[in-house]
Amino acid sequence: MGELQVSAAVPARGLEVSFTVAAGEVLAVLGPNGAGKSTTAAVLAGLLRPERAVIRIGGRTLTDTGRGVAVPIHDRRVGLMLQDPLLFPHMSVLGNVTFAARRHDDARTRARHWLQRVDAAELAERKPGMLSGGQAQRVALARALAAEPDALVLDEPLAGLDVAGASSMRAMLREVLLQDSRPVVLITHDLLDVLGLADRALVLESGHVAEVGPVADVLAAPRSHFGARFAGVNLVRGIVAGPGTLRTVAESEPGQRWYGVAVEPLTVGCDAVAVFAPGAVAVYRDRPHGSPRNSIRVRIAGLDVDAGAVTVRADDQADGGPGLAAAVTAESLAQLGLAVGERVWFTIKTQEVGLHAAGRPGA
Amino acid sequence: MRPGNPATLPRWVYLPAAAGAVFVVLPLVALAVNVDWADFGALVSSPASRAALLLSLRTAGASTLLCLILGVPLALVLARQHGRVAGLLRPLILVPLVLPPVVGGIALLYVFGRLGLLGQYLEAAGIRVAFTTTAVVLAQTFVSLPFLVIALEGAARTVGTGYDTVAATLGARPAAVWWRVTLPLLAPGLLSGAVLAFARALGEFGATLTFAGSRQGVTRTLPLEIYLQREIDPGAAVALSILLIAVAAIVVLGLGWRRLSGWNAPVGTGG
Repeated sequence: MGELQVSAAVPARGLEVSFTVAAGEVLAVLGPNGAGKSTTAAVLAGLLRPERAVIRIGGRTLTDTGRGVAVPIHDRRVGLMLQDPLLFPHMSVLGNVTFAARRHDDARTRARHWLQRVDAAELAERKPGMLSGGQAQRVALARALAAEPDALVLDEPLAGLDVAGASSMRAMLREVLLQDSRPVVLITHDLLDVLGLADRALVLESGHVAEVGPVADVLAAPRSHFGARFAGVNLVRGIVAGPGTLRTVAESEPGQRWYGVAVEPLTVGCDAVAVFAPGAVAVYRDRPHGSPRNSIRVRIAGLDVDAGAVTVRADDQADGGPGLAAAVTAESLAQLGLAVGERVWFTIKTQEVGLHAAGRPGA
Repeated sequence: MRPGNPATLPRWVYLPAAAGAVFVVLPLVALAVNVDWADFGALVSSPASRAALLLSLRTAGASTLLCLILGVPLALVLARQHGRVAGLLRPLILVPLVLPPVVGGIALLYVFGRLGLLGQYLEAAGIRVAFTTTAVVLAQTFVSLPFLVIALEGAARTVGTGYDTVAATLGARPAAVWWRVTLPLLAPGLLSGAVLAFARALGEFGATLTFAGSRQGVTRTLPLEIYLQREIDPGAAVALSILLIAVAAIVVLGLGWRRLSGWNAPVGTGG
């Protein structure tokens, strides 16, 4: 099985993406709602005809609009698994999987093998209506694999399950996908899916690839606002203004300077991002005195309380990025007497701020 | 209070509701009490009655089959196509529902009659349609088709295209999807649509009389025989009416109202 190469544009939905997934690799596709994740899945599976696209798996061309190639859904050999397992209700579990393997003479034997593979052998004779959500999704996985696709597209396969169902299905997917030799595209909004299943992550924002890279890098040092939000860190965009210095660029106000530690060599004038954890942010009512620290005056947009910890979220940044977040204890929140709408100072120590080039090198 | 207890309805609603029920049931009761039950067997087994009943069953069966052959593809095309042609076609398909059957019969004559649009060519080829048993089947199909199409189109929309799509991603060609997924999933709608079409065909009168006439054993179906007997022998007309009701009831209650066992009707579709 070969590498999946995708380059597709669907102007009607504002989508223009380009990425590759190696054989045996799981690429997580993240992004806010409406960023084009499901459109990407539809284009890969052939449900949607892109205006311009070249899609290849190994040496096989599935779509090439320039040459008029558009392999129909049933000949693409791209397996698709959705949030809704969509098991055929008029067939038994075994019948569903056998349907996928029917081009083989021993389809039923193969189907039983695949059911065993997903720990669902004992469900073979049941009708889909008698399965739990997690069981149905496991059968859907067996069915998708039984068709022997050249690539798998999983569009939020765990989103419809409860926590327990999702975690056992995630473990099942992990076991199956780790040994699998085909490229897998996993669309998700769950951090656990990314951590547990994916090799690389791609962040889609407004139909474009905002960043792509190894999961650990994207989570540790996101370059996109969504990636930052997803990883639970703050992200400030700007350009390199000097050694260890980043200056934000916004039309409405003079740029704010951020001082941090360059994680990689940075050239002055290049696009860069400053990344820091909410826990590194201290909140003050008055401007603190002292040595070179990053201080920024913000208006409190919201207070989220979760298990004794409080996240103070500021208004959106001047360039439209999501508001900075500070993690404080409930105790200090009470001492400061903070409320939504008040103006406070967020300060972050220089050594807590990582500066990265925007646009991942080599990705 | 039990869930779904209709106590929330205003009380006066029950009055028109009861009146409506009585209005539907009372004529049937009136028929039943006026039947000469002692002679019922003899009345419904006369050669003319038997010929009419057999012809009705044969033609209604044939027209139901024709409705399925034409109506299933039509319903699926209407359910899946969102273009302007489908939008224009949908109301046109429903015209026979609101058209007086006699008008439908006349219209069919202008198509299949000796001088009709198609009839003149058929006549030249030595094929005569009007006033034959074929005409009965065509008349019944004309009035029944919309019932099947409506029932099936609704069912097809409810099922959606999710299952078909998944089947295609599993490598099934469109024909395989049609036979193994699309049609089986539509089975409940197919059954109720076919039952509706059969019942409508069984009761068809106006279009049949206009387009096929009333020849015993050839085009005189049970409703036509009833109308004829009403002039000659009202007792026989009532007995035959009861017979027609019984046949319709057996078909409708026996087949249509029973859910297919084994699986629940699919709900919703995925992304």
